[in-house]
Amino acid sequence: MKKYHQASWNEPLLIEMSKSGRQAFSLPELKPEVLSAINEDRPENLIPEKMRRKTDLLLPEVSEPEIVRHYVRLSQMNFGIDLGMYPLGSCTMKYNPKVSERIAKNPKFSGLHPYQDEQTVQGILEILYELQSLLCEITGMSAFSLSPAAGAQGEFVGALIIRNFLNDCGYSSKKDEMLVPDSAHGTNPASAAMAGFKVVKIPSSEGGIVTAEAVKKVVSERTAGMMLTVPNTLGIFEREIGEVSCIVHDAGGLMYYDGANMNALLGRVKPGEMGFDIVHLNVHKTFATPHGGGGPGAGPVGVVDKLSEYLPVPVIVRKGGEGYGFDYNRPRSIGRIKSFYGNVGVLLRAYCYILSLGKDGLKTVSEQAVLASNYLLSKLDRRYYSLRYSIDQSRKHEFVVSASPLKRKTGVSAGDISKAILDSGNHSPTVYFPLIVDEALMIEPTETEPVEFLDQYATILNELAETANQSPESILKAPERTSISRLDEYRASHPGSLVLNWRYLLDGAKKKKDDDNKGKRNGSSNSRKHS
Amino acid sequence: MTIHRFVPNSAEKIKDNMLKSLGLTSVEDLFEDIPSSLRIKGGLKIPDAISEIELERKVESKLEKNFSPPEYLNFLGGGAWLHYTPSIVTEIISRNEFYTSYTPYQPEISQGMLQSLFEYQSQICELTGMEVANSSMYDWGTALGEAGRMAFRVTRKRKIVVSRGASPERIAILRTYCYPASIDVKEVDFDPKIGNTDYGSVHSVVDHDSAALYIENPNFLGIIEESVDELSQLCHERNALLIVGVNPSTLGLMRPPGEYGADIVVGDGQPLGLPLNYGGPLIGIFATKKDPVLLRQMPGRLIGQTVSKDNSKQGYTMVLQTREQHIRREQATSNICTNEALLALAVSVYLSSMGPEGMKKLGSLCLANSHYAQKLLSERGMECPYFSGSFFCDLTVKTRLNSQMLPAKLARHKILGGIPLGRFYPDLSNVSLFSFSEVHTPEDVQTLVDALSQIDERE
Ligand SMILES: Cc1ncc(COP(=O)(O)O)c(C=O)c1O
Repeated sequence: MKKYHQASWNEPLLIEMSKSGRQAFSLPELKPEVLSAINEDRPENLIPEKMRRKTDLLLPEVSEPEIVRHYVRLSQMNFGIDLGMYPLGSCTMKYNPKVSERIAKNPKFSGLHPYQDEQTVQGILEILYELQSLLCEITGMSAFSLSPAAGAQGEFVGALIIRNFLNDCGYSSKKDEMLVPDSAHGTNPASAAMAGFKVVKIPSSEGGIVTAEAVKKVVSERTAGMMLTVPNTLGIFEREIGEVSCIVHDAGGLMYYDGANMNALLGRVKPGEMGFDIVHLNVHKTFATPHGGGGPGAGPVGVVDKLSEYLPVPVIVRKGGEGYGFDYNRPRSIGRIKSFYGNVGVLLRAYCYILSLGKDGLKTVSEQAVLASNYLLSKLDRRYYSLRYSIDQSRKHEFVVSASPLKRKTGVSAGDISKAILDSGNHSPTVYFPLIVDEALMIEPTETEPVEFLDQYATILNELAETANQSPESILKAPERTSISRLDEYRASHPGSLVLNWRYLLDGAKKKKDDDNKGKRNGSSNSRKHS
Repeated sequence: MTIHRFVPNSAEKIKDNMLKSLGLTSVEDLFEDIPSSLRIKGGLKIPDAISEIELERKVESKLEKNFSPPEYLNFLGGGAWLHYTPSIVTEIISRNEFYTSYTPYQPEISQGMLQSLFEYQSQICELTGMEVANSSMYDWGTALGEAGRMAFRVTRKRKIVVSRGASPERIAILRTYCYPASIDVKEVDFDPKIGNTDYGSVHSVVDHDSAALYIENPNFLGIIEESVDELSQLCHERNALLIVGVNPSTLGLMRPPGEYGADIVVGDGQPLGLPLNYGGPLIGIFATKKDPVLLRQMPGRLIGQTVSKDNSKQGYTMVLQTREQHIRREQATSNICTNEALLALAVSVYLSSMGPEGMKKLGSLCLANSHYAQKLLSERGMECPYFSGSFFCDLTVKTRLNSQMLPAKLARHKILGGIPLGRFYPDLSNVSLFSFSEVHTPEDVQTLVDALSQIDERE
């Protein structure tokens, strides 16, 4: 195992370093000619008296070098794909091309205001329009909206499109059930519920897929649609998708494609060909934009022709001789779902990525993502990490193994393994998801991982299993090479010890001080009594 | 298949060895379970790969067609405002350890982002006067949408009253979030002269069936709402929540909504030094009170401080996750998963560098510039401000020309602005909204004033 040690700085909060009078801002002075023109030396007096801030604003008073050092230290206590392998299943942590970062910092983009006149932003509109067309071609849809901010918002939009389309078809509330497999990501049922649907769970088959038979059992005249990701969260291609789509369509429902796993199918299969009517893409995953510690992402939604009127407003269109512009006049639209036009900074990076790879490159991506995942799977010791569902079948871009044999033998769980992996200078897989595999380790290496890293990761997992066999205590202690050891999660969320910001600490400290003082006072009055 | 620079194992020999180790001869064997009827025939109809040099040329030649600062002066606001991005903000968020990480599911190796988000949450509480802030929503509009749904869950009432002085786009997003839950959104007019929310008309609409009242302060028309204490009292008498939307760059000088009884505060962190990026990504602020009922119904991710299990060290982790979709699924308080964490980090760096004094000075510069413009424009005989209420950084101007015609004419003077309010309010077809900030010099303001009065005189 490579020697790794994460920095551990015991870095205080900036507010704890604060020294009155220090500052890191540099703003122009108020100009005398301006002040005399407005006839006011203190511009805050222009705010009505009762609306002025009277309490001090508690923010750190620190200098620029202190801030830089603080955050660089914090960054050293963080882990990204640029440091090591990050095979977080379902999250597609792949390398993010640096050229896209440079382009996105171009002031001809970053300086654009969303309310600029259309004629002054033809360049970016052209790019976004082209991106819509590229996404249509990649997914087999006929129209795209770039508005949704992330996959989950795309799902909400899709569910609303289903709802409104069915209403217009005269079904109204009769169709109120959304079918969602038990292996689905949590956002699917959450989004369906937000759009007003009852969620009907479809059990996965022995083979780990949604079968036509299972769908027939739950489908009814109340079925509004079905949300499905292909390949599914087990990394298995939904073989019966053609038939499943037909069943749902025959019941008058629509098919929604959760595109979180589209990276396995790029250039090979279009969701439209599988019978899907609505698609979201997790641009930050499939098209390699940085995940930023949790976001931003982008979740554009594509639809088949009959649903295009329902897309959120505004839609980017080509206005003949006038170039590109927005269409707001769409009476059947589900409405607006995002300020302005979506996470354009993320979309621009995706556009750069698609152009970089081109037609064959995108197919290479799916090929290599799938190859990497099967290769890594083949290297794992199955005595400890067992495969469930369709054991003999290849996986797609990710796979899920169960650490339950390991746990049975050694008492070491998937969660423990995930902590021990961190000590190797790699990130752990997704754990305990999907819910249908116990002790799940969900591994998605992605196509950007060199084979040497895949080999190394397999060795780490296998060696950890051996270690668990011989000295499980050492794994239960892990991680020891990260900036902190395991955290007290129970205390973290317990109402009695919850600390959600520095006020809790300051108030807590103040209370403690008050209590101490009270104690002291009581003590002194007592002693006076005695004397 | 092609070899690609981001794909290390696409080199033929390596690929072949990997296949051999799997006992396969072709990668296609790994896709044999995909029915041939579903496969793309003849490949995607998209262009072939291009090199980095070609890509840069191609994209930048398109971006070249955009009009942007420094060549153009920008006086646009209305939900995204031009402010200066301190160089340390860009520098810090570009650290690979931050920007190529994801949601801190493994807290032990993610303390940097977790602590930064904890500091962000703390700073948002200080600015807004609230007790709990989450670690981000997508943007102000969706934060409002979520707030509307939360108000329903907390009060079980299905009517949300909004002031028409709030941003029309955000009200539209609120509607989209609310109609699937059968929550009614009722708009109340602003005062046509003052531009503020009219207490009298709100009084008759916020009733015992109302879940919440939403106001923005300053509102979309730039006007500072003053009847906040009365509105707050009204809401609380009727068991409705008060939701307040803020531009946080005003809060160094303005009274924080927590001090006038707001139950939920929403807003956008963008004016805190984030680039405009054509309107996205932005970062939704969401803050509430330390009330167990509100906390339980809150959407989004929360970071908390705790200690290591061996009690030797302080650390940070995600907390109260049982509200979230990955655990609660269809019962979750929101479907949000990917959020805007990197921008929360950026906001936190910004607020740390501004400190209390910087935030005051920022506000003073915005106020001074907007009032300077108002003075000069009214001296040139223009109806400015159009609304008589106090304003902060956004200024309404009435022109003889239809305001939808104005941006194209101003562009000829190398000026971007203003927002034609007629787009949103048909009665205001000749009124535009201009915004001012610390980036504008007195000369910039004069340039705008000269251009505007020249255009107006010609009418
Ligand atoms: C399968 C699946 N669906 C949906 C989502 C939600 O996407 P996002 O996080 O972009 O909202 C994710 C990712 O988190 C996912 O893995």
